[in-house]
Amino acid sequence: MTLSTQLINLMAALLLLIAFAMLAQRRILSLIHLFAWQGAVLTANSVIVAYSTGQTHLYYSALLTLALKVIVMPLILHRLIIRLNIKWDVETLINIPTTMLVGIALVVISFNVALPISQLAGTITRSTLGIAVAIVLLSFLMMITRRKAVPQVIGFLAMENGLFFAATSTTYGMPMVVELGIALDVLVGMLILGIFFFQVRQAFDSLDLKHMERLKEE
Amino acid sequence: MNEILFVLGVPLVGGLVLAFSGGRPGAAALNTVFSLFTFIAGVLLALRVVGEGPILAFSEMFFVDSFNVFLVALTAFVSFTTALFSRPYMMNEHHHGKLSVGMLRLYHSMYQLFIFTMLLALLTNNMGILWVAMEAATLTTVLLVSLYRTPASVEAAWKYFILCGVGIAQALFGTILLYFAAEKVLGAGGTALLWTHLNAVKGELEPTVLSLAFVFLFVGYGTKVGLVPLHNWLPDAHAEGPTPMSAVLSGLLLNVALYAVVRSKVLVDGALGTRFASDLMMGFGLLSVVVGALFLSRQKDAKRMFAYSSVEHMGLMTFAFGMGGPVATFAGLLHMTVHSLTKSAIFFTVGHAAQKTGTQMMDQIRGLADTNPTIGWGLMLGSLAILGMPPFGVFASEFLILTTAMRQQPWATPILLLALGIAFAAIFSRVQSMVFGETTAKRLPHPPALIPVFVHLAIVLLLGLYIPPYLAEWYRQAALLIG
Repeated sequence: MTLSTQLINLMAALLLLIAFAMLAQRRILSLIHLFAWQGAVLTANSVIVAYSTGQTHLYYSALLTLALKVIVMPLILHRLIIRLNIKWDVETLINIPTTMLVGIALVVISFNVALPISQLAGTITRSTLGIAVAIVLLSFLMMITRRKAVPQVIGFLAMENGLFFAATSTTYGMPMVVELGIALDVLVGMLILGIFFFQVRQAFDSLDLKHMERLKEE
Repeated sequence: MNEILFVLGVPLVGGLVLAFSGGRPGAAALNTVFSLFTFIAGVLLALRVVGEGPILAFSEMFFVDSFNVFLVALTAFVSFTTALFSRPYMMNEHHHGKLSVGMLRLYHSMYQLFIFTMLLALLTNNMGILWVAMEAATLTTVLLVSLYRTPASVEAAWKYFILCGVGIAQALFGTILLYFAAEKVLGAGGTALLWTHLNAVKGELEPTVLSLAFVFLFVGYGTKVGLVPLHNWLPDAHAEGPTPMSAVLSGLLLNVALYAVVRSKVLVDGALGTRFASDLMMGFGLLSVVVGALFLSRQKDAKRMFAYSSVEHMGLMTFAFGMGGPVATFAGLLHMTVHSLTKSAIFFTVGHAAQKTGTQMMDQIRGLADTNPTIGWGLMLGSLAILGMPPFGVFASEFLILTTAMRQQPWATPILLLALGIAFAAIFSRVQSMVFGETTAKRLPHPPALIPVFVHLAIVLLLGLYIPPYLAEWYRQAALLIG
């Protein structure tokens, strides 16, 4: 185990920890901070991988992550929750211990799913693929358990972070043109959601998704 | 090559121009003009591909062959006719006070950008860009689904965004796995995701990775195709969005998503050499046909009912492509064409009928044949066409799919026939009472544009009676390609 592999594993462990913290975090403001931290660890991870493998294009992708996921999107989210007046909102989550247990089961499953692929991979980061899949699944779990619009969207963005981490750990990142396209999509999606939050609140007088039960098959 | 630039450039420029002037009185006409130019460019591109064979352009960024060029032509055509329909329709909505000038501007701009993203998804050679374009297609339509800002439409848009967003995230993971397998053979860098390169080396790609990649790609793009059990967004988005949107969602976007699935299937089949992808597609296709048909009879909202009919027909196409072989694939391509034309024509008529009566509830729409014979008969003929009555083209494609199924997958035939029968009973009884009967509806301030309806139905009729040799050749080439 070289130093860089150890550092990469450390980053992966941190990301997993953050994913669990997001699962249990009830305050919206803290969730946004956790999301920003997730971006920061991803950036650090990309830089370490780029430095130890000499893949220069990963530096650009790290820069993109830093700009988008650590600075721009948390800022947009921050401004949104101030304008929506939900900065100090606390969500009542039932059964946090159960959710955590389900989360642990998901991590075990992810490692099993990722095992055959990581064995084929030749990258120094291959052992982290299991964690990447786990982050995607944990974010998905977070989206299912949340009943409010903003945390659900943060779960969605965390899922994208997990996928980005998966791309870095299996292949040292996607081709640059694709990564730029994905970044553009995420940014545009964020802006559209920003507009959309206001529409949701105007239509339902709240950002609580439990009011959304009009459209159902009877 | 210039044709590709025009096909993509016109709607992109159109979207930007209309973002500034989309609320002016002439904007709807401008929207039509942009769509017309896109259509002309699409036809020129098609003629070129028919004449010269597949084109690779701009350092292999774009790839056009007989499979996607026919979808490009179809997409450009239906987006043009929908723009024709949308002009009086949206003016009526504006007149009724349902839409403000700002909303019209958003609508026109997003309409063009949506067409752009679909054409980009069809023309790109890069599987990564295909993903980016599919995601962008969701993003451009989210705010259109919630255009009316009613609680129901906002809920539909939220569902659409979250479900399609999560679904398409699975497809991204599939794309990452595909790149991972490709990188080993083709080396890292931009070329490893180019479909033409992947297709050339598909036999050497790692089978375990590819089968996992296909599962994710299928779930991801399948969500956008509207395959059961990931179809929940589809009826809501169709029923709550403005009708021109329903027409292009059903007629075009679902096709483009299926195109992405089929492109992935070609690669996976080559790598695995088994029927893994085929079985997956056949299973979920069949499930969608059955569930779509069963939900039809429970609908009260006209647009919702025809949305479920889209689930059913997309399932049928997925089944046909899954079955594979030259005849089934030919039938799948033909069904893509006729379904797209017929379903958009139906949405045009349903839209005008709903506008006239002020409701989408089927039990409150009565006697269309009396008050506005063209709308009434358009709806009646469109419904007969979509139900697969001869001599319409849907009959030809469904007949081909069923006869091939009898030979290749005999167990599936009774299920398909039963589902088509249920669908017939459900739709026909509803449409009959909507078209005939007493009514009290008022006239519309702007006369509806019904030429697109009859143009579409005429083409579908023609395709049922006689498929022109060049078109048949075209389908055959594409079928050969897909396998």
